[in-house]
Amino acid sequence: MAGLTKRNEQWHMLTVVGADRPAIVAKLTEALFRGGCNLGEASMARLGGNFCMMLMVEGADAAALEKLVRPVTDALGLRLHLDPIHGELHRHVEPNVQVTVYGADRPGIVAQATTALAAAGFNILDLNTDVAGTAERPIYIMLIDGYVAEGVVAVERAIAPLRADGIEVSVTALDTMIG
Amino acid sequence: MAVLKVLQYPDPRLKQVSAPVTVFDAALHAFLADLEEAMRAGPGSVGIAAPQVNRFLRVAIVDVSSKPGIPHHGCLRLINPEIVRRAGEVKGREGCMSVPDYTGTVVRAQSVRVLTQDADGQWHEYDCEAFEARAVQHEIDHLDGLLFLDRVVSARHDLFRRKVKQF
Repeated sequence: MAGLTKRNEQWHMLTVVGADRPAIVAKLTEALFRGGCNLGEASMARLGGNFCMMLMVEGADAAALEKLVRPVTDALGLRLHLDPIHGELHRHVEPNVQVTVYGADRPGIVAQATTALAAAGFNILDLNTDVAGTAERPIYIMLIDGYVAEGVVAVERAIAPLRADGIEVSVTALDTMIG
Repeated sequence: MAVLKVLQYPDPRLKQVSAPVTVFDAALHAFLADLEEAMRAGPGSVGIAAPQVNRFLRVAIVDVSSKPGIPHHGCLRLINPEIVRRAGEVKGREGCMSVPDYTGTVVRAQSVRVLTQDADGQWHEYDCEAFEARAVQHEIDHLDGLLFLDRVVSARHDLFRRKVKQF
């Protein structure tokens, strides 16, 4: 069973990176399942042709986890990293602001945007970026969901100066409909 | 009377299709009051449907009037509601009292026309848009045994589902 919560659970963050191919997730999670582990929240994506996995795992200590997973990652040519974490399930923070940033690719876009957001007290909960366009004329695209106590106005004010540098920025309030 | 208990997924009763209301009596009025109380007891909830409280009737309430600066019709008490017109598509985040601790991105019609009866059986038509339209669609889905989980899309890739299957 995935995500079954127990008392005194010790979660690990399992990070796996390597050349993408089919069945990485299946082989890793099968090994964890057979080893009696539970899975929690995860985020996985193919970035630049690499498959990148961040996976909360519980039910075995670091040595036992390593023993379960290492044969799989070695066989698939993947890098493995394991960290004990202070973590629990059911601790979601609901984002209330979404920020979209895009422009002709150049150094410093992410640093400038996120520094402005941090100054406004914006906590990034989810961030995805992509380089699109063509190799000759790349464009950088960044989507950020986050939470800021002061709401959309504070974020808008903080990030507005970026527009002077030719970067397109939009700030949208996220209002989750609970029904 | 105690506040009605809200069923939570994976309770299979949430996937049940509800039956039309045929009797518009004092009991229906009383049930609507209890249903509204259950909605108001849910933190941040702007809608509720009868099957969420274990009554499988086509009854729902939507009230988004607490949200500032959006068009709305006050507290809508929907009996046998039907969406007779939809326009536009828009993505938004949804959560549900029956699915605690999860929110997801769902594509809904931007505006809907709802044909519905009231608690006395009178027919009305409402043109709802944006947040209110989203709430109406979410609640009517409950009457058909559908949860927002049945419609959730990838937030990451901004994908719209291909229309191969009509719910």
